[in-house]
Amino acid sequence: MKQILKKLGRDMRKNWILYVMILPVVFYYIIFAYIPMYGIQLAFRDYIVKEGILGSPFVGLKHFQRFFSNYNFVLLIKNTIGISLYSLSVGFPIPIIFALMLNYLKNRYLKKTIQMVSYAPYFISTVVMCGMITIFLNPDKGIFNTVRSILHLESIDFLGKPQFFKSIYVWSGIWQGVGWSSIIYISALSGVDQQLHEAAIVDGATKLQRIFHVDIPSLKPTIIMLLILQIGQIMNVGFEKVFLLQNSLNMKASDVIATYVYRVGLVQNDYSYSTAVGLFNSVINLFLLVAANKISKKLTDESLW
Amino acid sequence: MEKQEKFKRSYSDKIFDIVNLIIMLVLFLVFVWPLWFVVIASFSNPNEVWNGNVILLPKQFSMAAYEAVIQYKSIWIGYRNTIFYTVAGTLTNLFMTICAAYPLSRKDFMPRNFFMFLFMLTMYFSGGLIPTYLVASKLHLINTVWAMIIPGAVSIYNVIITRTYFLNSIPSGLQEAAALDGANSFQFLIKVVLPLSKPILAVIGLYYAVGHWNDFFSALIYINDKSLMPLQTFLRDLLMSNKMLVNGMQGMDAAQAEMKMQLAQTLKYSAIVVSTVPVLCIYPFIQKYFVKGIMIGSIKG
Repeated sequence: MKQILKKLGRDMRKNWILYVMILPVVFYYIIFAYIPMYGIQLAFRDYIVKEGILGSPFVGLKHFQRFFSNYNFVLLIKNTIGISLYSLSVGFPIPIIFALMLNYLKNRYLKKTIQMVSYAPYFISTVVMCGMITIFLNPDKGIFNTVRSILHLESIDFLGKPQFFKSIYVWSGIWQGVGWSSIIYISALSGVDQQLHEAAIVDGATKLQRIFHVDIPSLKPTIIMLLILQIGQIMNVGFEKVFLLQNSLNMKASDVIATYVYRVGLVQNDYSYSTAVGLFNSVINLFLLVAANKISKKLTDESLW
Repeated sequence: MEKQEKFKRSYSDKIFDIVNLIIMLVLFLVFVWPLWFVVIASFSNPNEVWNGNVILLPKQFSMAAYEAVIQYKSIWIGYRNTIFYTVAGTLTNLFMTICAAYPLSRKDFMPRNFFMFLFMLTMYFSGGLIPTYLVASKLHLINTVWAMIIPGAVSIYNVIITRTYFLNSIPSGLQEAAALDGANSFQFLIKVVLPLSKPILAVIGLYYAVGHWNDFFSALIYINDKSLMPLQTFLRDLLMSNKMLVNGMQGMDAAQAEMKMQLAQTLKYSAIVVSTVPVLCIYPFIQKYFVKGIMIGSIKG
């Protein structure tokens, strides 16, 4: 121990500039990441503003019990996991398929154009995105209902119907993110050994066979790494978009943990309860991430750490 | 026999190519049309848009929507604030990111693994909304411009990208040579590292800038003073609620009210264009850097 301290002291004298440089960042993380982590104990106390966090009475698991017995609990979990799994099961493979198809496009000019156009939606803000969704789904004048009226179908208020909410959320997300998410696969595909392809062609493989036997196996490490990361996010549904698309009519399908944490915390000022719900959420996320990483390490030798 | 198989293969590949091309062209339209529609709708006569006649080209070219957006004061307050948040925020971000990434990239910096761990842990676990809010409130950040800048002063993801770049593209021999010449770490950073790292600084600077430009969440949490609101908050009011419509509709006859409603609808399109153009304008020039950034970031370590 003494030796380490001695070494550290010597390093500090030699590299003092580096220590000074990193200092503001360390302060930042302590203040905005570690002090809030310390503040999580709010979840186990009844917060009284005047007393501060440490002066507030300790109440154990009261807030968690309140959440578990809340009539909203099952609905919130169902919506959160439902949206997440839907979005993972469709939104994860589509960028891979998109990258593979783009990779086999013969016309280079077209390939570049489609690629560039597909990234553009990623830069649109969530607010504008949701604004566009409401415009296009408008019950009277939106394009979807215009098409329906041409086909003599009655118009539907898509955003007012809970059964459509998940699909709207997921598919608009795919529109916005598929190009961007495919970049990493496209770059991995460009690194595939061309000799493998040539050998496959000599062996008489069709393009479809080359996709399954050459391209996908070489994408495997990338796919697994991204999948682990996504699984660690299952309980995190993008707050902004759900919040903006939420209305009293679709609430049954659109109320998720993130919006609930915001509502009880900052609208109703029930700080302790909101913290407890948030903590429940992040613990599950962490657990899923660690589990996914472990499983992947066992099965495929790929892991984040 | 062999010939037959070759034929089968080229046949199957041809179908594959055709199907692929068709799907790609459809996708191209799916990506482009919604954006295109917003633009042409903003330049069309509100009445034509309202009646669903605008589909591929603007109808009865009109600047009415832009005249309306110019008179819509809130947008410009938001614009001014957002420009400030974007510039000040991005400069802060760049400063902090360099301050973190450079020491972490130096192999002779003894506690670098410890700090890396300290920073990366926050990727996987955080205090959550309320504890973070309480810290900001304790620091008297609520309802100040700082609330839009300081709580998001650095992103660990960008630190990792930058550090990886420093590690891979600055030869470590260079540092030793500079040290022999009597240059200290700071001089080396300013004179050698940063000039060599312009591409990555551009990339993360743009990541941060787009993030600030599109930021809605920070203002929702930390700001309720109208004069400090960013563009996205005003856009939300305009796009997601029909506040505009109801205001000042009393005492109008039906025709007037209808016209106002149509204009308010078209105003949405021009507001989207006006607020998104700065990002989409620089986008074609920078998109290849963005792509580069993702690739650098995807290199593990």
